[in-house]
Amino acid sequence: MNSTVTTGTETSVWGGGNQPLGASYGKLMMWFFLVSDALTFSGFLAAYGFSRFKFIETWPIADEVFTHVPFFHGNYPMIYVAFMTFVLIMSSVTMVLAVDAGHKMKQNAVTWYMFATIIGGIIFVGSQAWEWGTFIKGDHGALETKGGRILQFVKADTGERASLSDFAASLPGDRVIHERKNGLWFYQESSLTTVSLDEVVEGFKADPNILIRTELINEEGEKTLLDRKASLAKLAEATLVVEGANLIHNEYGSRLFADFFFFITGFHGFHVFSGVVINIIIFFNVIIGTYERRGHYEMVEKIGLYWHFVDLVWVFVFTFFYLV
Amino acid sequence: MADGHKLEIFRGLVKFKSNTQKIWGVLAFLTLITAVEVVLGIIKPESLTDTHVLGMKLINWIFIILTLVKAYYIAWDFMHLRDEKSSLRRAIVWTPIFLVIYLVFILLVEADYIYNVYKDGFVSWNF
Repeated sequence: MNSTVTTGTETSVWGGGNQPLGASYGKLMMWFFLVSDALTFSGFLAAYGFSRFKFIETWPIADEVFTHVPFFHGNYPMIYVAFMTFVLIMSSVTMVLAVDAGHKMKQNAVTWYMFATIIGGIIFVGSQAWEWGTFIKGDHGALETKGGRILQFVKADTGERASLSDFAASLPGDRVIHERKNGLWFYQESSLTTVSLDEVVEGFKADPNILIRTELINEEGEKTLLDRKASLAKLAEATLVVEGANLIHNEYGSRLFADFFFFITGFHGFHVFSGVVINIIIFFNVIIGTYERRGHYEMVEKIGLYWHFVDLVWVFVFTFFYLV
Repeated sequence: MADGHKLEIFRGLVKFKSNTQKIWGVLAFLTLITAVEVVLGIIKPESLTDTHVLGMKLINWIFIILTLVKAYYIAWDFMHLRDEKSSLRRAIVWTPIFLVIYLVFILLVEADYIYNVYKDGFVSWNF
């Protein structure tokens, strides 16, 4: 805001004395960055929309994917994500209160509000890490067919999802993990699934209460359930047991869903993480009185803009990933 | 800059006494919207999921509109765009809006076309 150099040309437009947008250099640059970052995130979300419209009939239903809450068992779709959203909005509020206190030059208030903001950010990043962990670990397990389609299992009497371990037969086998040291030196596989394909197939044949659910979404907006006969026919196409999700296999359905989940929430989580780091730096600057001596708290305002932007992006991610 | 805060929201319907009060008021409003979204997402009323407007479920339109409302209040009150000059505000807001609408329109139309190619083409995807 306040130029420290006096050259005598500040009053003329070409001398740079004119501020047509009424904002300081630092704030304008922050806005430049935020607009370009907004376009980056829009690109990601638009690409997500592209893939989703491409596979509109088989896309996973988010309510069935994100159903867990830490420390509680059971099926609670969306609750935890809503909590995360609230935490982020709340930390946005403490941030804007810090900016407000900064305008009034209240060093103590700024310190505490910044502290609360940092705590909120850490809770959010931790929640996201937990969400990733749950997603990667998987829920019920599924089979993948030759064409890369996912087959999930449902109990016929209750309509609930059946986990592979619920019905898989126990067939003693001596299949071991292929590691570099015990097989081809240039090839290794990831850890074996808890049940093998044969065990799932045998268990399925023995238990008439289990049906197969395909990826296809029917007119009621639910995944299509096959009857027993069609299930048995479908089972012959399975080639692989999938437990959890990674960039290549995804037990929840389309693998693109997992790819975009990791990419978009990961990129957003990285933003929150760097926001927390910058917040911590500025928090200590506030404590040692840097901005008190400088005479204004505009730095808090600038990181505030970034922090609100991260919140803003999450609002869109929340809608397009979890709600729509 | 923010020496003079504009303390009215909802086009002057609600006027706050101080900036701090306005912040808490906006928080209450944003929380309410999030709560409505989550409740709608869990219940999924059939009247909203069965009605289609412009090729999309009505409930999804509601989600998107509520999201834009939330985005508006975050940008206007938390990022205090309300207190900035209108030229800065317009430069920040309309540039991405124009580009995003353009990108989304092109990508979604193209994706729908590919969907139809997969569906009607002589290629089997489900085996």
